[in-house]
Amino acid sequence: MTHERDITAEDTLARFDGGLILDAQKQLSTGPAISSMEQCKEYILPLQQHIGVISQPLIRTGDRVLKGQMLARPGDLVSAAIHSPVSGVVTDIRQHEVPHASGLSDLCVFIENDFKDEWLEREPLGDDYNNTSSSNMRKVVRDAGIVGLGGAVFPAAVKQTEMNVRTLILNGVECEPYITCDDVLMREHAEDVIAGADIIGHIIKARQCVVAIEDNKPEAIQAIQSVIDKDGTGFFKIRVIPTLYPSGGEKQLIKIITGEEVPKGRYPAELGVLVHNVATAVAIQRAVYHDEPLISRILTVTGNGVRQPQNIEVLIGTPMSACIEHCGGYTEDSDELIMGGPMMGFSLQSDQLPVVKATNCLLVTADIEQVKHKKHLPCIRCGKCVEVCPVRLLPQQLYWYASSKNTDRLIEHNLFDCIECGCCAYVCPSEIPLVQYYRYAKTSIWQQERERKASDLSRQRHEAHQMRLDKIKREREDKLRKKRELLKKKTEAQNAADNKSDGDGSSDGKTSKQAAIAEAIARAHTKKAERNKAAEQVNETATTQSEAKTTPDKESSNTRETDK
Amino acid sequence: MLFKRSPSPHIRQAISVHDMMFMVLYALVPGALASMYFFGWGVLFNLLIAITVCLGSEAIILKLRKHEVGETLLDGSALLTACLLALALPSLAPWWLTTIASISAIVVAKHLYGGLGFNPFNPAMVGYIVVMISFPLEMTMWTAPMGVGGGWPDFLTTFNWVFFGNLPAGGIDSISMATPIDLLKTQLSQLHDISETRNNVAYSPLFASISGTGWQWVNLLYLGGGIWLIKKGVVDWRIPTAFLISLVLISNTFAVLDYANNSSALFHAFSGGTMLCAFFIATDPVTASTTPRGRWIYGAGIATLVYVIRSWGGYPDGIAFAVILMNIAAPLIDYYTQPKIYGDHDR
Repeated sequence: MTHERDITAEDTLARFDGGLILDAQKQLSTGPAISSMEQCKEYILPLQQHIGVISQPLIRTGDRVLKGQMLARPGDLVSAAIHSPVSGVVTDIRQHEVPHASGLSDLCVFIENDFKDEWLEREPLGDDYNNTSSSNMRKVVRDAGIVGLGGAVFPAAVKQTEMNVRTLILNGVECEPYITCDDVLMREHAEDVIAGADIIGHIIKARQCVVAIEDNKPEAIQAIQSVIDKDGTGFFKIRVIPTLYPSGGEKQLIKIITGEEVPKGRYPAELGVLVHNVATAVAIQRAVYHDEPLISRILTVTGNGVRQPQNIEVLIGTPMSACIEHCGGYTEDSDELIMGGPMMGFSLQSDQLPVVKATNCLLVTADIEQVKHKKHLPCIRCGKCVEVCPVRLLPQQLYWYASSKNTDRLIEHNLFDCIECGCCAYVCPSEIPLVQYYRYAKTSIWQQERERKASDLSRQRHEAHQMRLDKIKREREDKLRKKRELLKKKTEAQNAADNKSDGDGSSDGKTSKQAAIAEAIARAHTKKAERNKAAEQVNETATTQSEAKTTPDKESSNTRETDK
Repeated sequence: MLFKRSPSPHIRQAISVHDMMFMVLYALVPGALASMYFFGWGVLFNLLIAITVCLGSEAIILKLRKHEVGETLLDGSALLTACLLALALPSLAPWWLTTIASISAIVVAKHLYGGLGFNPFNPAMVGYIVVMISFPLEMTMWTAPMGVGGGWPDFLTTFNWVFFGNLPAGGIDSISMATPIDLLKTQLSQLHDISETRNNVAYSPLFASISGTGWQWVNLLYLGGGIWLIKKGVVDWRIPTAFLISLVLISNTFAVLDYANNSSALFHAFSGGTMLCAFFIATDPVTASTTPRGRWIYGAGIATLVYVIRSWGGYPDGIAFAVILMNIAAPLIDYYTQPKIYGDHDR
């Protein structure tokens, strides 16, 4: 499956299925050069700005921190470090609203700026990276807290696998309407982009680097091309691709450039391809050449709801309201504040939220350009969504099964391969918010899965507990039984012994009793006989008076004495 | 400052359901006008009765179902059902026939199943089948097309017949005439082969052209409207293409095998309701297959059934039955024709 040869400029570009040609609206914000913002009083840094595990704070309330100092370390392998954008004092670490589709809060570090701009001591690696091992370079990238800046915010060092990657694709497509931060970055910092790509190429030991740019960015193409020409190593190639949404999606871009599809459930690296955004490349260049962690990014502030749309270089943690203010503030008819582009971005409830690593664009729509969301009509199964789906899903079937909560069918129809690009909802004549249905369905299935796992676990625990109880009970019973048996044996032995003596004496016993009786009778008889004899003697002594009188008197006086 | 929130995507550019329905209606106009030209006032009466009854019954049932009447009524779907039904019914259909068909379409086929988007069967075709089975005689009452014999009856004669059942002096035969498809079928059953029928002096004006006077023009204009719909992206191209190609291939095969007893492919393609079916009935999105491959199967299936019913069935034209039978099969087809998704190499 892996592509075997280098991609050349003569290769025909493949195309993915579906997709949309959208009104790009890029000119709104590409006029002025990138401007930098004045520093703010307070910065808010959420501990979860990336895909993966939440970062672990290294500081405490009241600590003084320097610019570039690590505030939180990666919580796990798939996680990212977070750094202080300014020097100042940690005033608080608490829950605060974060820019997330859910509108929920998360743990944030609050830093009060002391405006001294005091950097942590820096030791840039510079050109030495060529002599540094890949694993050490990955550590540099990891320590700088660099995540994919195209929107997915996946930790960059994790993505730079040790697998055999032939081609590095640098994503400068930027297919979402309105967003221009990558465009202006390539125009103004083309050398940094290419230098960053060279570092990534070194880390992953790539054979070539293809810079992909949509044909609606001629200035960026020219800027990159001139740097590539200057480089002259042949490592870099530029591929100008037709403007079609969502060409900037990782899998879609891989299809366009290599003509191959990443197998379902596999990683691009298994095709020998790795995709990084141009802004990520610049972040890596800064980490290597300036020892500067990811504390700032280019942000497009645009839309008809803001007075001076433009691109700004902004420190991570800056309140969004300050960015809007920097761009002249809201217009009277401003309507909705969206983070990201109009296709995949999500609307925010307030502008009192910090700019995070994922914030590539703040789009403020004006009342007129906003879609009116009324109650949608039923699906008429026209199949327009099928035509535009870049994943070749059947959105109308997914919608049907999502509304009827048919989990089995949803999985069978590959719900989890949906990239939520929004093409289906864009063309839906019934104006069904399809992506919302899919997100909801995904979340509920995850929830079910979690609950099933939890209940499985508690069932297992319960069963183990039951088994333990049973075992104890069994053991006790065993013991008792043994004891009882022992006792029984004992008594049996005793009985046996008793029975033995009883056994041979049973007739003897009788005889002995009879003998005893006989004896007693015999004794009685002898006594009687003796008494009779005595009586006879008395009768005899009556005849011999003197003898007879003295004997009983003696006897009677003796009796009296004993009575006393 | 607090903002309102809405789900992504935040931009949209879609033809609305209302627009889609009306574009289909516009595409019907040329064919409908040709129909009126060739078959007279009856076509207009059919349209008026069907539209009135369909919209009326839709309004009543929406009210009964406690749905909002205004917006749903104007989405154009009931109007489209009415027009398709009216154009499919014979041009001398009595008012009660059209009324029964319309009520069956809207009340039974559409709303008893849950309304727009939930009906498993094409409403217009259900209405058509109800009257087709119940009143087979009335379903053959077509006028003679313009240019054949005396052509169609005047306004008053038609009006008197349609609304009051009053026939002119010559009886029903003086104003009605069998359609070419019907005629060929009857003649074939009486062992007159096709060329014999077509050359018969009594019938030849009806066959003065490829597929029947009037009929070919009506079909041709529906074809034109259909192509416009495909170009506008309202209708998917696969179903009409699959349907027409299959019908032509099948009929041509049989015609080549036995020319005397089987009509030509051109005759099949341009007579009866072929083009109306291809672009306006088979393509009804709600009841058709929705997967790309499924649409090919669905279109080809209808064509096969149409040919079978036309050639060997008990009815002159089999479109309604063919469509309903394939409606039944659509969910099954959809299930087994899921496309391989991105990166799915092993299925």
